[in-house]
Amino acid sequence: MATVKIRIDGQQVEAEEGSFLLPAIQEMGVEIPTLCYYKYATPYAACRMCVVEIWDKRKKNKVVTACNYPIAEGLEVLTHSPRVVAARRTNLEMLMSRCAPMPVLQEMGKKLGIEEPRWGWGTDTCILCGLCVRVCDEIVGARALGFASRGADRYVTTAFDGEADSCILCGACASICPTEHIQLEEADGRKIIHDEVTLGPNSAISVPFRQAVPNVPRIDPEYCIHFRTGGCTVCSQVCPKDCIHYDEQEKTEEIEVGTIVLATGFQDLDPEILKPYGYGKIPNVITAMEFERMNNAAGSTGGKIQLQNGAEPRSIAILHCIGSRDERHHPYCSRVCCMYGLKFAHLVKEKTEAEVYQLYIDLRAFGKGYEEFYQRILSEGVNVIRGKGTEVVRAGRGRAEEGDLLVRCEDTLAGVFREIPVDMVILCTALEAHSDAKETGRKFGVSIGADGWFIERHPKLGPVSTATDGVFLAGVCQGPKDIPDTVAQGGAAAAEAMSLMIRGEVEMDAACAVIDEEKCCGCRLCNDLCAYSAITFDEEKEVSVVNEALCKACGTCVAGCPSGSIKGLHFTDPQIYAEIEGILS
Amino acid sequence: MPSSSMSEGMMAKPKLALYWAASCGGCEIAVLDTELKVLEIADFFDIIFWPCALDFKYDDVRAMEDKSITLTLFNGAIRNSENYEIAKLLRQKSVVMCAFGSCASDGGIPALANLKSKEEILQYVYHDSPSTTNPENVRPETAHQVAEGTLRLPEMWNTVRSLGQVVDVDYIIPGCPPQPDQISIVVDAVVDILKNGKPLPPKGTVLGADVRTCCDECDRKKDVKKIKQFVRPHEVVADPEVCLLEQGILCMGPATRAGCGGKCVNAGVPCRGCYGQPANVKDQGAKMASAIGGVLDTDDPKEIEELVATIPDMAGTFYRFSMSESLLRRRQG
Repeated sequence: MATVKIRIDGQQVEAEEGSFLLPAIQEMGVEIPTLCYYKYATPYAACRMCVVEIWDKRKKNKVVTACNYPIAEGLEVLTHSPRVVAARRTNLEMLMSRCAPMPVLQEMGKKLGIEEPRWGWGTDTCILCGLCVRVCDEIVGARALGFASRGADRYVTTAFDGEADSCILCGACASICPTEHIQLEEADGRKIIHDEVTLGPNSAISVPFRQAVPNVPRIDPEYCIHFRTGGCTVCSQVCPKDCIHYDEQEKTEEIEVGTIVLATGFQDLDPEILKPYGYGKIPNVITAMEFERMNNAAGSTGGKIQLQNGAEPRSIAILHCIGSRDERHHPYCSRVCCMYGLKFAHLVKEKTEAEVYQLYIDLRAFGKGYEEFYQRILSEGVNVIRGKGTEVVRAGRGRAEEGDLLVRCEDTLAGVFREIPVDMVILCTALEAHSDAKETGRKFGVSIGADGWFIERHPKLGPVSTATDGVFLAGVCQGPKDIPDTVAQGGAAAAEAMSLMIRGEVEMDAACAVIDEEKCCGCRLCNDLCAYSAITFDEEKEVSVVNEALCKACGTCVAGCPSGSIKGLHFTDPQIYAEIEGILS
Repeated sequence: MPSSSMSEGMMAKPKLALYWAASCGGCEIAVLDTELKVLEIADFFDIIFWPCALDFKYDDVRAMEDKSITLTLFNGAIRNSENYEIAKLLRQKSVVMCAFGSCASDGGIPALANLKSKEEILQYVYHDSPSTTNPENVRPETAHQVAEGTLRLPEMWNTVRSLGQVVDVDYIIPGCPPQPDQISIVVDAVVDILKNGKPLPPKGTVLGADVRTCCDECDRKKDVKKIKQFVRPHEVVADPEVCLLEQGILCMGPATRAGCGGKCVNAGVPCRGCYGQPANVKDQGAKMASAIGGVLDTDDPKEIEELVATIPDMAGTFYRFSMSESLLRRRQG
């Protein structure tokens, strides 16, 4: 398309021939009122608010809608001439007389000097601009909406006024409607869709969280309209850098490295398995991680501590040791809960008027400055009760005045059984090893302890290294620890890795397994046997090969080789037989 | 040891003896199965003892001078006193004593009887087996009085032994039976030694076989193994391209000496292990069991137990041919 010259309000501009007039005017910074216009949908000229006065090539003067008038050479445009303003006023007044006094029309009327329409306000909330219909058709691709009837009876609806099977519940119609005629409601009639405590993003394209690396938005294909209907693509049209490609796929990259630091972290115990606490059943029973998210200024409540109905809680119970120090789940102490529990109490006291109860077995404020923090919490008036919270129930009618929930516990210091009325319960769930830690460990030649955490080479003398040379551990994947300990271990692991890399070479034990190439038949029975992934298969020679740098001389493959082709250099079969014979003789 | 006497034997035709002890006779058939080669053998050697094919008496052998037989190919395990007596006799009369076939070299199928005692076997065969009719409860005797005098039968031993466990053996030719092409190769080598004075291989050498294992002769594609379930060959239609073991069919190939040419595995039947343990292996069955233990696709002790339970007849699978020579040798007690 050729570029042509036109004049807008006396100013000469260049624009693309055949493109519509409205974007060119808006680009100049001139404000034009619109109701039915959306840049990414086909213009429809329904609201007729964008009218402008033009003189075409043949000097013919007329008033046209800018949104769908094609640009041609020599076009002259006036955007705010008296004729234009008069037309807009009339058009708006007619819309007003059809509709109930809605903010969007009142606002527009104020700008054009109309307080009350001459013919009085109407009652409808739809202006029949058809924007929702076009968006559903062209952008979403669901084609769930359309117009029904003719003339004065015309209205927007679904097919046969029924529940639309093709609707994908994206909510685009409601969000695009200029008059808020379309409203979203949950099917069961609840007004608030309370998702404040979900950890993930709840829009289709977003930066996962503020500190994300890399700090770029990503598309959630589960919510993205494009991945559901093939339509939309608004984000890629908006992006000035052309960064959005829908056909990009996850890919696996192979990187050759000399050392590896495993920092795979932990997963939260799923409290739904602990039935007495009612997580997932009773509202306002949340996990510590969810509370943390709620507290975050970037979280969905903007850092406000609130209940599901949006109200501020009157009292909160923080239950320690949920799944930790519990023979039925994890016998170990998760180490971080005591201190973050105290921090939560402090935050609640700071942000709300709520009463806070800490229910603990033992308070382990062992770190630097921790005991002092505990003392500070006590002075802030937090109720600290020694006794594990055992059950959460909905409060009966008589008790609901003080709190919607009841937390039951035995106060072991006072020697009484308590039922504490609260509005919110925070469960300090156990830190546990990732469910796939075993696979990860196998991949990297790191063993797993009975509690699921990776095992370090030596609890005191090798706390960051592992049985596999060049593989180091950092953070909770090795066992529960708090942030200072994690940072320290991470530093140590990095330093150990660096010290290997700087030297550029490693010293190895002479003891290792070797495969006799002449005898190996390539059956590959040993390939998956090695705990240190030291055995690979040479496709060309069709024999298995031991990587001597990785071999720990454990002898598993020596015993497992059915053809006797693998020899443990430090303990050969004849040596061992000779020893046995010596002992038995 | 044998070289000087062997070259002396060059004056006349070299003498060949073949004998069967506790054996099925398959090894004898294998010798005949060498086709035209058997004529060459008959031409080159003077066959002085071959009870299966020619009429000789033990006394003929007893009458020979010591070391007058150039080569004895001895097949079959040592199951009874007769086997033992003839093994000793042939050893005394032969320059080179060769264990021929799985039974002579490792005990073979007869040695699976070592999982029972002699008493249990006689009890079952003469009394308990469903097809037995023995109203007078007769048991085999070693001596029986008749009018003409005393009849004698050899005595069955409690334990089946390999030839090497009762006499000194110079060479081993494995296989059940040794493959005819391998027999031809060995014969050619012997002829070459006797005619051209080539040096003998070191004592104890395994002849007519290879250093690697059966897997080496198997054309199937081998990958990393993770066994989820053991099946028997008739229970599945095996993929003809893929390693049988990977398909859960217990194949002894990895723990069996090469030499047969991979006949079974390439025909879709798992290796039974007849060529015996590979060079570096002392106990074929234990090695295979140990290797299988490493590739079961589970870490759960209960699942492992269930999976192992699907292996049919563990001793018969892992030790089908090698019971006598294994570390187990026999069931104790």
